[in-house]
Amino acid sequence: MISRKSGQFKRLTYAFKVFRRKPTSMAGLIIVVFFTLMALIGPFFFPLDIRAYPAKRYLPPSWQHPLGTDPYGRDVLMQIINGSRDALLIAALTGLVTIFIATVIGVSSGILGGLFDEVLMRITEIFLILPQYPLLLLIAAILPAGRELTLFEVSLIIGIVQWPGTARAIRSQVLAIRERPFIEAARCLNLGSLHIIFREIIPNLTPYLVMNFFLALTGGIYSQVILFSLGILRFTSINWGVMINIAMGESALINPKAWIYLFSPIVCIVLLQTGLVLISSALEEVFNPRLRTEE
Amino acid sequence: MRWIVRKTVLSVITLFCAVTITFFLYRVIPGNPVDLMINYYLSLGYSYEEALSRVLMMVPFVPTAPLHEQYVDFLKGVLRGDLGYSFTLAQPITRILGYAIPWTVFSVSISLVISFLLGIMMGMYIAYKRGSLLDKIISFYSSITTAMPQNILGFFLIWSLAIQLGWFPKELGPYGPRVDPSKFNLEFITSVLRHAALPILTYVLTSMGSWILMMKSSTISVLGEYYVTAAEARGLKDRRIVTTYVGRNAVLPLFTRFAISLGFMFGGALLIENLFLYPGIGRYLTIGISMRDYPLVTGCFLITSVATVLGNLLADLLYSRLDPRIRFE
Repeated sequence: MISRKSGQFKRLTYAFKVFRRKPTSMAGLIIVVFFTLMALIGPFFFPLDIRAYPAKRYLPPSWQHPLGTDPYGRDVLMQIINGSRDALLIAALTGLVTIFIATVIGVSSGILGGLFDEVLMRITEIFLILPQYPLLLLIAAILPAGRELTLFEVSLIIGIVQWPGTARAIRSQVLAIRERPFIEAARCLNLGSLHIIFREIIPNLTPYLVMNFFLALTGGIYSQVILFSLGILRFTSINWGVMINIAMGESALINPKAWIYLFSPIVCIVLLQTGLVLISSALEEVFNPRLRTEE
Repeated sequence: MRWIVRKTVLSVITLFCAVTITFFLYRVIPGNPVDLMINYYLSLGYSYEEALSRVLMMVPFVPTAPLHEQYVDFLKGVLRGDLGYSFTLAQPITRILGYAIPWTVFSVSISLVISFLLGIMMGMYIAYKRGSLLDKIISFYSSITTAMPQNILGFFLIWSLAIQLGWFPKELGPYGPRVDPSKFNLEFITSVLRHAALPILTYVLTSMGSWILMMKSSTISVLGEYYVTAAEARGLKDRRIVTTYVGRNAVLPLFTRFAISLGFMFGGALLIENLFLYPGIGRYLTIGISMRDYPLVTGCFLITSVATVLGNLLADLLYSRLDPRIRFE
């Protein structure tokens, strides 16, 4: 047991070493940690206040309002900080939903094989062929039936639309692991399929799942930006996509006073996505040493 | 041959699923759009029969019939090309789609071809120069842009190129406000091209990255093949090796993706069309949602599904023709 713990610790320090070796990976890690901290502790210092202050409409940046104010006189920095909570929460829940569905389908399909595999993969293929974002919009438009969705429901919808690609990738990974000698050894020892799945295959799959989780996070951000910035979902709270939607409704592009308001959430989305992409490519290098070609 | 039959059957099943999902969302779930529409007319003071007859005009089935009959009617309507009637735009859905499709196909097909060609050229170039600074910059750019929602870049482009520099028209939409669209003259064409430039640029810059990455990895794997080494050993000219030996084989898997993208093209570029107020399918889908015009929403979704399914089928057929190995699997 001790050896297993220290093995995990070794893996973590090893992962950190790979991150440190490349400045871009480190930058990605710093960006994502920064936004996570912003989402976790930021709202305590800048509590959300969505009342309108008509006298303070479009104030330029000042000490009191570092990023100015929006068309309703609300502080932009406060909105950015509180919006990061929704953005990251939806992304994280989406990632979990996607990985959960994809793992259940990918693993069971890869292990059981035969007709079961055939049927599941055809279903996956059908979902892959269907146009992803129009389907997302269709479900998001009709399912709420006029009420506001909770964050978890939003994540669930996005996850339902984006699992198929991941499921397929996980299945092919399971097929590769299944052929490795230690699985054969476990079979010969007659350890039972539950043991093989949860003790042999899943632990070996974990790094791959973590990497796909980060990819699913970028997908979650992408989809929520579509849903909120186009105003598809009714949402009374503030998040980055909603900010873009409001800014566009106020034709912010042709109003120089509104540029800071429009571009603040946009810059945040660009930074966060960059950070997530950098992390997932760094993780890919951790788990797949063949990609580290430079050394 | 069996392989092709299997793919065709799968396509038909997928289309069937698309129609079923649509019908399910449209009619079966509680609080579905058809009930909402009936309630809407009831709230306006119409009698139940009047409300029903108004909704009947908009959907190709009778809302009071048993569910399975409604489903069959819906299926029949879709097969006949009767997708219902849009009440906000007061037109049959098919006519709206007929107006929207040319705009979408015009802008997206140009973008697709440009980004594909640029992508395979740059991807192959950086595969040869892998490890260089240029490779690092382009690969970084490519992996970042695949994660960026397209309107994000669009905002920067409109702001910098149209508003600050004034190179492109500031007003959004498919053509200028003073152009008469009923006259197909030079003025109209130049206006359309000028207004299409920024949406196309946005599309190319955001979608090029995935082509670059695909072409890069494909080229790298082909470069490791023995026939490339053999060609080099025979002393063939570099140019010939690059084009006929490496290029043609590396681009092969990308053609499938290209055919799939051709299908996705009809779905339009959702975010770009909404940002630039370009009257394509993606724009009408969003209009339908914000106006609660559900026949329009389902119509746009169905036409997109048909196109993507056909694109996928085309990709499979194309691939089996281009690469005979696949047929013997």
